[in-house]
Amino acid sequence: MLRDFKQSLLISAWFVFLTFPLMAVRVNTTDQVVTWRLMNMVWVAIGSFVLSYAWRFMLERKKVRKKTAEEGADTRSKLQIKLEDMSFRYKAMGGLLIVALVYPLVVNTYQTNIMISALIYVVLGLGLNITVGLAGLLDLGFVAFFGVGAYTFALLNHHFDLGFWMTLPLGGVFGCLLGVILGFPILRLRGDYLAIVTLGFGMIFKVVMENWDSLSFGPSGIANIDKPGLFGMDMNLAQSTTYIYYIMIALVVFTILITNRLKNSRIGRAWIALREDEIACVAMGIDMARTKLSAYALGAFWAGMVGVLFASKTTFINPASFTFMESAIILSIVVLGGMGSILGVILGAFILILMPEYLRDLSEYRMLAFGAAMALMMIFRPQGLVSGLRQKYEYKGTKDQVNNG
Amino acid sequence: MADKKHKLLEVKGLTMDFGGLRAVDSVSLEVHEGEIAALIGPNGAGKTTFFNCVTGIYNPTKGDILLHPKGLETRRLNGLKPNKVTEMGLARTFQNIRLFQDMTVLENVMIGRHCRTKSGIFRSIIRDKGVREEEQQIVETCYQLLEKVGLGDSANEFAKNLPYGAQRRLEIARAMATDPFLLLLDEPAAGMNPQETADLDHLICRISEEEKIAILLIEHDMKLVMNISNPIYVMEYGKKIAEGSPQEIKDNPKVIEAYLGEETED
Ligand SMILES: Nc1ncnc2c1ncn2[C@@H]1O[C@H](COP(=O)(O)OP(=O)(O)O)[C@@H](O)[C@H]1O
Ligand SMILES: [Mg+2]
Repeated sequence: MLRDFKQSLLISAWFVFLTFPLMAVRVNTTDQVVTWRLMNMVWVAIGSFVLSYAWRFMLERKKVRKKTAEEGADTRSKLQIKLEDMSFRYKAMGGLLIVALVYPLVVNTYQTNIMISALIYVVLGLGLNITVGLAGLLDLGFVAFFGVGAYTFALLNHHFDLGFWMTLPLGGVFGCLLGVILGFPILRLRGDYLAIVTLGFGMIFKVVMENWDSLSFGPSGIANIDKPGLFGMDMNLAQSTTYIYYIMIALVVFTILITNRLKNSRIGRAWIALREDEIACVAMGIDMARTKLSAYALGAFWAGMVGVLFASKTTFINPASFTFMESAIILSIVVLGGMGSILGVILGAFILILMPEYLRDLSEYRMLAFGAAMALMMIFRPQGLVSGLRQKYEYKGTKDQVNNG
Repeated sequence: MADKKHKLLEVKGLTMDFGGLRAVDSVSLEVHEGEIAALIGPNGAGKTTFFNCVTGIYNPTKGDILLHPKGLETRRLNGLKPNKVTEMGLARTFQNIRLFQDMTVLENVMIGRHCRTKSGIFRSIIRDKGVREEEQQIVETCYQLLEKVGLGDSANEFAKNLPYGAQRRLEIARAMATDPFLLLLDEPAAGMNPQETADLDHLICRISEEEKIAILLIEHDMKLVMNISNPIYVMEYGKKIAEGSPQEIKDNPKVIEAYLGEETED
C-alpha cells in the first residue's frame, strides 16, 4: 500500500515535470510577457496521482482474485451470483421489458431513434456473438451480412415493391446464404489468416456495391425505401419511429430467445467445443466443416434480418453505411461484453452505442476514448463484462435447471 | 487363428514422415477384443504420432489401418477425418490434456455424445419433445459416466478448475461418451502421483472388463503397464523393436538397452 502510494507520488511528480513547459508556461510573443499557470500544474499532479493509484489498485485486486481462483475459492462477483438465481433473473427481465415498452412513450422521437440504433447493434452483436463468441471464429467483415440484408430490402422494395414484413425473413435467408458462401473458402483457415480473409470479404462487399451501378445504384445509394407498414395505416414521423422501436424490441426479444436456445443445445455445445479446442473437438466426433458453416450462417442470419430493418428505418442506404468501422464496432461490442454471453453483448452494445451519443461534446475524442477503454478492458477484464455463466444440469431431480447468461 | 479372439484393430506397416523425419517407421500392431494392449517406448519414439495416424489427425505416408468392428464389414481408416474415425467406434485421449476448459465437466462429456445424437439446428430452436428427451438422455448418460470415473460431484464445475488427475479421468469419460469399442489412451498417468496412478490402473481394468471396451495404452513408464497390459509393443526411434507378453518384454535385451540407453543419456 505504502509502496503504491510512493510510486504514484513519483509518477505524478514525473508528469508535472514532463508537462511543465507545455501546461504551465505561456509565452505571449506579441506582448513579450510570460504567464505562469501554476494552477494547471496542481491539476496535472492530482490527476496523474489519482489515475496512477487507481491503476495500481486495480492491478493489485486482479492479482488477489487470480490467487484465490488458483486456490479454488469462489471468485464469482456478486452480480454473477445474483444472475445465477433464476427467480431474480425472471424478475429483472420482466422489469427491463416493462421499462423498454414504456420508454418511447416518455421520451421524444430523437431519443427513441437513438435507442433504435442501439437495439440494432444489440441484434448485430448477438449475431456476431454466435460466430465469434461461441464458435470462436473471428469475423472482421460482419458488416457485409448487415449490408446484404439492407440491400435485399432496398432492391426488392425498389423493383418489386415488396413490403417490410415479406422481406424481413428474406434478408435473414440471404445473410445466411452469404455466410455459407464466405464459410466455405475459410474452413481451413485460423487466426491471422481468418482475420485477413474476413476483413477482405467485408471490403469486397462495399467495393462491389460502390461499383456495380446497374445493381446497387453505386455510391449514390437507394432512396425512398418504404417504412414498415401497419395494415396500410398512415403514420407521421413520430408514430412510425415508435412503431419501428416496438418492432425492434420484438426482434431483440426474438433474437435473445433463439440464440439462448441454440447456445444450450447440442449445436451450441459443439460451437463452444470448437472454440475451446479444435483438435479435441473433431476427435470427439464433431464434424468441423458443418459446425463452422452453421456458426457463420446463423450469425449472418441476424445481421441480414436487422439489415432489412435498418434500410426501412433510414429509408435511404448507400455503401458508406457498411464500412469496416461498423464491423470493428460490432466486434468490440462482443469482446467488451464478454465472448459468448448474451447479457454481456447487450450491455456492450448499450455502452458502445449510447455513450458516444450522449457524450457528443467529446465526439472529437471518441475514437481515443474507444481505444483507451478497449486497452483497459484487455488489461483488467480480458474476459469481458459478463462471463463464465454456463448451463447447470441437475441429474437426480430428472428436470434440468437452466442457468445461463 | 479361428480359436483366437476377434481382431478389432489391425495396423500394417504404418509409416509417417514429417519432411525428412521418419517419425513412425513401418510399425504393425493388432488389438483384439477384451485386450489391454500397451505401446511403450522412450520419449520421441513416435507413439503419439502413431496414435494421431490411427485417429485421423495425420494422414499416414504409408501403411494400412484397418478396423474390424464386430458384426460389421472391415473399414480402412487411412485418410478419414478424425470425426469419422470416432463415429466408427474408436475414441482417444490426449497426452497433453485437451479438455474444453471453459465448459463444465458435464458439458465436456456431453460433447462426446454429439456423434451419437441428432437434434439439428431447427429442432434445437423449436425444442420439441424429442429434443428435450434426447437432451435428458444425454445428461443422464453423461452423469453416469462421470460417476464411473469418480467425478460425479464435480459435474457443474468448470473443467479448468479440476485438479490434474481429475482432468485426465475426465478425458477418459469424454472419450467413453462416444460409445467406442476401442479406446486409445495417450499417457493417461503422466503427471499423476502414485496414488492417482494406482486408481487409474484400477479404472482402466474396470473399463476393459465392465464396459467391454478394448484398450490401447501408451505409457512412457515401462514398470507401470507391466501388471495390467498384455500384449506390449515397444517402439524406439519410430521402429517397433519388440512385442510380447510382459515377461517376454522384461527379458528382451533390445528393450533393456533402449531403456538403459535413455537413462544414461538423461
Ligand atoms: N507435427 C509434427 N511435425 C514434425 N515433427 C513431428 C510432429 N509430431 C511429432 N514429430 C516428431 O516425431 C517424433 C515422434 O514424436 P512423438 O510421436 O510425439 O513421440 P512420443 O509420443 O513417443 O514421445 C519426434 O521426433 C517429434 O519431434
Ligand atoms: Mg507422446
